[in-house]
Parts: sequence; C-alpha cells; structure tokens
Amino acid sequence: MENWRLNKMVTIKQALDDEVACNEWFLPGNSCCAGCGLEIALRWAMKALGPNTVLVTPASCLNVVIGLWPKTAPNFPFTNMAFAAGASAATGISEALKAKAYRFPGKNWEKITTLVFAGDGGTTDIGIQALSGAAERNSNIIYTCYDNEAYMNTGIQRSSSTPHGAKTTTTTLGKERYKKNLPAIMAAHEIPYVATCSISEPLDIYKKYKKAKTIEGCKYIHILAPCPPGWNYPSEDTVEIARLAVKTGVWPLYEIENGILRMHKKSHPLLDPSKRKPLIDYLSRQKRFAGMSEQSLIELQQNIDNDWKMLASRLHAQES
Amino acid sequence: MVSDIKKEFLQNKENKIIKGNEAAAYAAKSSRVQVISAYPITPQTTVVEKLSEFVDQGLMPGTQYIKVESEHSVMASMVGASMTGTRTFTATSGQGLFYMNEMLHWVAGTRLPIVMAIASRGPAPPWNIWADFTDVLSQRDTGWITSFCATHQEIYDEILMSYKVCEDHDILLPKFVAYGGFILSHTSKPIIIEEQALVDEYLPPLPDEKGWPHIFIDPERPMMFGNLIMPSGFYYEFRMKIHETMMRAKEKIMIAAKQFERMFGRNYGNGLIQNYKMDDADVAMLIYGDLAFQMEEAVDQVREEGYKIGMVKLRHFRPFPVEEIIEIAKKVQVLGVMDRGTAFGSPTGGPISSEVKTALHNTEKTAKILPMISGLGGREVTIDQQKDQLKILIKMNETGELPKDLLYGTLWHGKLEVK
Ligand SMILES: Cc1ncc(C[n+]2csc(CCOP(=O)(O)OP(=O)(O)O)c2C)c(N)n1
Ligand code: SF4
Ligand SMILES: [Mg+2]
Repeated sequence: MENWRLNKMVTIKQALDDEVACNEWFLPGNSCCAGCGLEIALRWAMKALGPNTVLVTPASCLNVVIGLWPKTAPNFPFTNMAFAAGASAATGISEALKAKAYRFPGKNWEKITTLVFAGDGGTTDIGIQALSGAAERNSNIIYTCYDNEAYMNTGIQRSSSTPHGAKTTTTTLGKERYKKNLPAIMAAHEIPYVATCSISEPLDIYKKYKKAKTIEGCKYIHILAPCPPGWNYPSEDTVEIARLAVKTGVWPLYEIENGILRMHKKSHPLLDPSKRKPLIDYLSRQKRFAGMSEQSLIELQQNIDNDWKMLASRLHAQES
Repeated sequence: MVSDIKKEFLQNKENKIIKGNEAAAYAAKSSRVQVISAYPITPQTTVVEKLSEFVDQGLMPGTQYIKVESEHSVMASMVGASMTGTRTFTATSGQGLFYMNEMLHWVAGTRLPIVMAIASRGPAPPWNIWADFTDVLSQRDTGWITSFCATHQEIYDEILMSYKVCEDHDILLPKFVAYGGFILSHTSKPIIIEEQALVDEYLPPLPDEKGWPHIFIDPERPMMFGNLIMPSGFYYEFRMKIHETMMRAKEKIMIAAKQFERMFGRNYGNGLIQNYKMDDADVAMLIYGDLAFQMEEAVDQVREEGYKIGMVKLRHFRPFPVEEIIEIAKKVQVLGVMDRGTAFGSPTGGPISSEVKTALHNTEKTAKILPMISGLGGREVTIDQQKDQLKILIKMNETGELPKDLLYGTLWHGKLEVK
C-alpha cells in the first residue's frame, strides 16, 4: 500500500513516536472547503487508528468531500451509508467481523476497528435512535460525531446541535432553542467510553482514539469541528475559533471512562467561571451570531454555565 | 392405525410439526446463516424467538444475532454484515417492512444477497395484523427478488432455494420470501427439515474469506463504496444492470427449483409458477400465497362437477414470469387473477392483476382476464367462496359476458354488504 507521507511531520514523529501517525490516511486532494474542521478531525482520528479500520459515514459533508466517483480520498475501507443508519450499519459490520473471526480463526478479523464518522445531524437528529440502540447493546464500534452545528451538506439548516442564537438558513433570526448535549446523553447510556474533542487539540484527538481503540464495546467521541461557510468566518480562523470554543468554556473537553469523568488540562481550570474567556470573544468572530440580542447572549451564557455545573457536580460526586 | 407416510414421518427425528414461522427459522438454521438481525412484529415474532432459542442453545455456532431497536436498523445492520462477507437472514411484517424501505433500496443497490422472510400483514390504519400481501407488493421497485409461499413446507424450501439463487455470483440480489400472516405463520403442519449434509450439498458454500466478488470490507484491499456519482458516471448503467440481472434470475430460479426437486424430491413447478390441473383446463385462476393452497381443493371440487378448470400458482412476483403467463393466457379462454393485496389507482386495483394485464399487452388471442380481489386484511376466504370465484370464471366463459358488480373492471369478492 503506497501511502502519502507529509514531508515535514518531524514534529509528529518526535511527539508521538508513531510511524502510522506520520502517514496520511485521509489523502490530500479531497474536496473539503479550505479551513474545514471536519478534515482535521478525520485526519487525526485516522492517524491514531491506522488503516486496519473500516469507516462508515452516513449522509453528510463527509459523503461528498471524499471525492466524486471514481475518485476517492480515504486510503482505507470506507462505506457511505443512509442518513439514519451510521451506528446500525457499523454494528452489522462489527458483528459480521466476529462471525468471520469464528470461521477464519487466527486471521485477526476481529481486530479491525469499526469507526463511524457522522455529522451532528446524522447523530443528534435522524441517527440518534440507531446510535442509542448501538450504545445500549454496547456494539463494538467507535462512533464519532463531527459537530459543525448544522446541516452543512444541504446548505446550513439548523440541527438540534445548533447553539442558541446561531443563524442558519432555517433559523434566520437565530435559533431559539439550545444545543442538545449529546455527550451527556451518551454518558447516560453508561457505555465504556465517552469523550469530547476539539480540532484545536489534535494530540488530544489522537490520544482519545488510541485509547478508544483498545476498549471493547461502544465508544462515543464528539469533536467540535468549525465550518467556515456554515459559521461564516474567514477560513484561516478555523483552529483559532475551535481554540476559543475551548477557552470560553463553550466546548468543555473531557472523557468519561467507565463512568469516571476526567477534564482535559485546558478545560479543567475553567470549572472556575472566572478563568473562562468572555463568551463574546468566541461569538464575535462568527457572523452566524451577528445581531444576537443582549437577552439571547445572557441565555446562551446560562446554558453554557449549566453544562459546567453538571460537570462540576459529577466531579464532586466522584471525589466524595 | 397409522399410515405408512405418517409412520415414516414419525420415525424421522428431523421431521417436525411446527408453525410456518418456525419453518422459516429452521430454514435459516439449515442454511447456516452467520448474522441475524431482527426486530419483533406480529405476526413475524415467533421467527425471531425461535432463532434466539437456537442461538442461545448453541445450535448455531458462530452465528451473531443482533437485536436492534428498529427495522431501519435491522436492514442497515444486515447491509453492514452482508458487505463484510457473511450469509445473513432476517424476517419482518407489514409496518416493519415499510419502516425499512430506505434500506431495501440500499440493499439492492449494493447488490447484497440478503434473504428476508415476510409474514405478510395488512397495512395500518386501522391496525391489521392478518394476511394481506400489500406489504411486500408495495415494495415492488426496491430491486428485491420476490416470492410467495403457499404451504408451511414451501417456506422452509423456498428459503433454501433463495440462498441458492441470491448468492449466485451472476445474480447477487436480495430476496423476499412472503407468506400469509397467521394463516401460515401461526398454524402448525408436519414439515420435513432436511438433513444438514444434504442442505450443505445443495446450497452454495458460505462466502469465503474474501467475501463477495464485488464488495468487501478488507483493510488489505481498501475499497470505497457508494460515493456520489455524477449523472455522467455509471449510475444509469448500475440501475440497468439490476434489471438485467433480475430478468436473468428467472433461469437461476428454474435451475434452483429443478435441483431442489432432484435433491429433496419436492416439486415447485418451474420455480416461477406451478400449475395445478392445467393440462386440459379452458378456464383458470392465477393465485398466490396461502389462498393457492386452499384453491387446489376448490379446483378439485369444481372439477368433480365436470368443469375443466385449473389453477396457476404464482411463485415469483419479481422477476415477473411474463413468458409463462402469456403461454397460459393463450391456452385458456378465461383467466381469473386473484389478488390478496391492493394497488390503489393502478389499472385494476390489484397489484398482480395489473401486472398480468401489462404482461399480455401486444399479445394477440389471449384469454379474457378477470381481475379479482379477496381476503384483504386476513378476511376469511372459505372453500365455498373460492368455488364461487371459479364458477364466476366458468360462467364468464359460457356466456362471454363479464360479471356484474365490478368496481372499475375488478371483482372485489367476499366484501360485506354495506346498507
Ligand atoms: C433520510 C434522509 N433525509 C434527508 C437527507 C438529506 N441530507 C443529506 S445530508 C443532510 C445533513 C447532514 O447534516 P450533518 O449530519 O450535520 O452533516 P454535515 O453535512 O453538517 O457535515 C441532510 C439533511 C438524506 N440524505 N436522507
Ligand atoms: S461545508 Fe463545512 S464541514 Fe462541509 S466541507 Fe465545507 S467546511 Fe467542511
Ligand atoms: Mg453538521
């Protein structure tokens, strides 16, 4: 298998001492927009998982950016899937791999990682039933929600992951309701591993996928993946905006392993609200929030604070 | 006193008195299916229960049974499992089948040889759980080979034949095996469960390590499946190929039926249709599913009165046996086509009778066709009623006149009188 290598990845090699991670598995030449957060998320997940992985992707941007037939950017088995069917199709694959392992023992069929990469629509809306089913069954998959906070494929319509106040083509005055907290919902399923990531922390993505790969059962990883056309900001700002999402507390980074919550080192200090950067620093960089009312801003801040309170109380309960 | 056949039956341990649904489960077991995924719905439930029992008791070693949370997920997980290169089986009914619709197209487009038993029931509302083939017939254009069973034994046999046809590398298409809810699913009859060694010999081997020839999940051979294709790409040709393959499957269905008869001694006509007392018939009824089984008795009784009447049991709806139907329509004077299902607003209102009329288009000197509908939503159809249906055809032949009381050309038989 001929793999693309990035020439100047010395730093990754030094940082990770991982030959696989020096390779690109989601190849250049794909048709992501400039500054696409999703692309960073997938590249880093694949650096951790390597090519012994099969990826299932329901209808989303990712269905398109992989390239039009007969071109294709993923250099590993990749299956497009119906919008609602990411988790269920992946379950079928992982169970069939077990059946194959039974019939062809010693060939490591069971060692193949079954990965889902679905958008927030495919996860928090139409795919939530199948995902909940897979979680309750504890299907042996890694399910990823790459969250660009709207239906981007179909032209920036609201999803239940769109935050309060954000304008989309179906919330032209800004969304009234709040972002659905899917990591919390997944944690409530008591699956062995739930994690949040931001594309501004690629090494964190790498580590979390490395860990997920070793865990048997259903793993859920939710990655905030900013989207320049959808959020309406200059494409060079993607990483900075994702970083601000972490620093303002909009997007807390953590993992819940076998029920134990651990905050990421960049998010942990933000349990203290005074350590968080002002919310406006994040919002003002994106035109989707332009013209948001004072009242809306307060409500969004309250919504974010409530999420933090939930995390804090969970940590507190763990310690006592 | 026990007759010889009964004695033989009682002595053989693998022969059982079981329900139609259990016959389907036994067929899946005999076929050594590797992945099952299912969601319960009346009247299919006992299929999934029986399979659970088999798997839990270790009678299907290596088989993975996925208990999903909906039918959409049933078919999605079947897609994943079949793509990975395993033999797969599931079962559903009515609403469950409708819920799968998106994935049914997906399966045929992926060319996966998934076999699904369907204990057919009437679509809601109002809620109905009894025999009515509108569920499977309404999935007409999903690209699934579609067959009907008339007897308990045929459920078992047809599922075996299905794997033979579907997994043929020249075909690779999915298949519905439909039978009437409750009438077959929940009644018991003696069924022969064939010896495993014979079934193994009859069926194609399970997919090898490389999986299917056209699709596989294998990091050694990374494959992209299903990405967007422009109108100038091969989408059109892929679709055409599905139709072409479906038509070609006719021959494979016939071969599978012939080989089945040679191996197990049970005859299913040419596989596509099965004639009953058609040799000298000048009037005939084309009918499918469990109603066909009972119709044999009605034909016998009407024949005793001296009428030359016969019956054609339609075994496959997709691919549609056009040549066979033309041949029959050229042979008899009057052909009734009995539907237990509806196709609202179609030429006749009946899914099969509309097809028959289409099949005969441009063929000269064919029988007069009388589209008929009976037994919707499990409405009882007695032998006396079936005899009456046959006599309507006989009268049509004698007088050359259509019966009165037609609704846009179709006879809805056995309806309640509304005052
Ligand atoms: C059953 C079904 N309904 C609707 C669609 C249309 N559709 C395709 S992608 C998409 C939105 C995807 O949004 P998301 O999951 O957030 O992924 P993104 O495009 O934002 O990356 C929609 C509505 C579809 N393909 N299938
Ligand atoms: S629309 Fe957004 S998510 Fe989709 S490819 Fe472009 S940047 Fe990426
Ligand atoms: Mg999205």
